[in-house]
Amino acid sequence: MASEKTTKNLSAWERVKLARDPNRPHFRDFIALVASDFEELHGDRLVSDDKALAGGFATIDGRKVLVLGHNKGKNVEENMAANFGMANPDGYRKAMRLAKLAERFSIPVVTFVDTPGAYPGDTAEARGQAEAIAKSLEFFSLLKTPVVVVITGEGGSGGALAIAVGDKVLMMENAVYSVISPEGCAGILWRDGSKAPEAAEALKITAQDLKSLGAVDEIVKEPAGGAQKNHAAAAKAVKKAIIAALDELEGVDAEELVARRYEKIRSYGRFSK
Amino acid sequence: MSWFEKKKEKVAIAPEKAIWAVCPKCASRFAPEEWKKASSICPKCGYAGRVSARARIAMTADEGTFKEVFREVSYSDHLKFRDAAGAYRDKIEATIRKTGETESIVMGTCEIGGIRAMLGVMDFSFMGGSLGTGTGERIARACEQAIEERRPLVIFSASGGARMHEGILSLMQMAKTSAAIGRLKEAGLAYISVLTDPTTGGVSASYAMLGDINITEPRALIGFAGRRVIENTIHQKLPDDFQSAEYLLEHGFIDRIVERKDMKAFIAKMLRYLSR
Ligand SMILES: [Zn+2]
Repeated sequence: MASEKTTKNLSAWERVKLARDPNRPHFRDFIALVASDFEELHGDRLVSDDKALAGGFATIDGRKVLVLGHNKGKNVEENMAANFGMANPDGYRKAMRLAKLAERFSIPVVTFVDTPGAYPGDTAEARGQAEAIAKSLEFFSLLKTPVVVVITGEGGSGGALAIAVGDKVLMMENAVYSVISPEGCAGILWRDGSKAPEAAEALKITAQDLKSLGAVDEIVKEPAGGAQKNHAAAAKAVKKAIIAALDELEGVDAEELVARRYEKIRSYGRFSK
Repeated sequence: MSWFEKKKEKVAIAPEKAIWAVCPKCASRFAPEEWKKASSICPKCGYAGRVSARARIAMTADEGTFKEVFREVSYSDHLKFRDAAGAYRDKIEATIRKTGETESIVMGTCEIGGIRAMLGVMDFSFMGGSLGTGTGERIARACEQAIEERRPLVIFSASGGARMHEGILSLMQMAKTSAAIGRLKEAGLAYISVLTDPTTGGVSASYAMLGDINITEPRALIGFAGRRVIENTIHQKLPDDFQSAEYLLEHGFIDRIVERKDMKAFIAKMLRYLSR
């Protein structure tokens, strides 16, 4: 495991463990530390209020923002209540509803991504998990207000990406972000789930890897030993990065913003052979 | 998001294959000639079996009108990915040699019932129809060319999801394709999505579910998470028809289930309604 002093030379698998550390700051911890005000708003207006994905208006550095984020807990009880951060379609539909409202009032959106993945349940399928994620990707690509994304812990596949399409994508130093969980990948390609550390390495899922692949824009440094050691310091760095991103996006004409966002999304894995 | 789950199933029926064609949906057995004569439609349950991209194009595009585009856009091995079975590059190069295709979707311009269109067809035999950077790039380019030439877009999907050998950039193709389709719609053009057996994972959770009209074929498998993953999550057996075309129609995510023999005419009709 990580030394107290540095997390610089950690393996991908050690980062996975840090990203999943239950004592790592989660959405509500971050909001309490980066926002001077937060009013949660509930429900997708269709089926339910998803506890795994929360949203509401907040004030950060004196500015109005809409925040969205996956919820996780520090213990089993809290995690059960938050469905371990695995959103149902209702969560993604709530996120879109609130972001649409923010757009109407030109309020920027800030998302906090921390999920093992979208909930793989029968009711989730019945209510259209695939459709909800797909629609969310299309929706955020066209949203006419700034979107700042912070990958704070686990960026688990489509369930993470659904609220991770934005103008500026920040990623915490020890967060991971992957197309499939290392365990899932190992189970399939190694036919042995215990090969997850190898899969984690091969998939290139650390912040440094993602930055060099062009999938994230900036890495947010964490305090010594990782964010779980010092929530206040971690949140301070995240807040600073969010404010810088909001500054950069402020005043950009909405059409221009969406055009630039498209170019950015378009460039992911741009063919160059 | 795993394309190989299906593959395992296929392996399971492989020993039978030499003598019998086995319907993967109802397990009825047929002589291979009989199955072939029925154009891969199960005479017993109506399941519309998998066909190659080229066969689908021949069924869909007006004769002699299909002109392939972006064939030079192929896979990218930016991770130099290796797993227990070896290098991704070797695996996909072997697939290219075997299938004659260079990516999991074949894209081109054509006419469908006399209507100019952009047509993309996925091939499940190419890496399980997985969504790689080349696949996503072809779809994004297709949307851009469709906007330029004022063509509606038709995509037949057949995929197990994102291609994990290409890591995070394969996930990003879900965003890229969805954004490109969003722009196509904003430009006032129609997008018809045909979700064929199977369409799951990152493909169902991106462009395949974004059709102005979503169509499927009888008994096709369509879903997000894999059946076993869900069963392990909820600790229950799922009903047989779970994630079937009929289940999706029932739950409101599909406009119509269309039999293969009627597919081309139905698409042409929808394109006619969705034109100015
Ligand atoms: Zn059958």
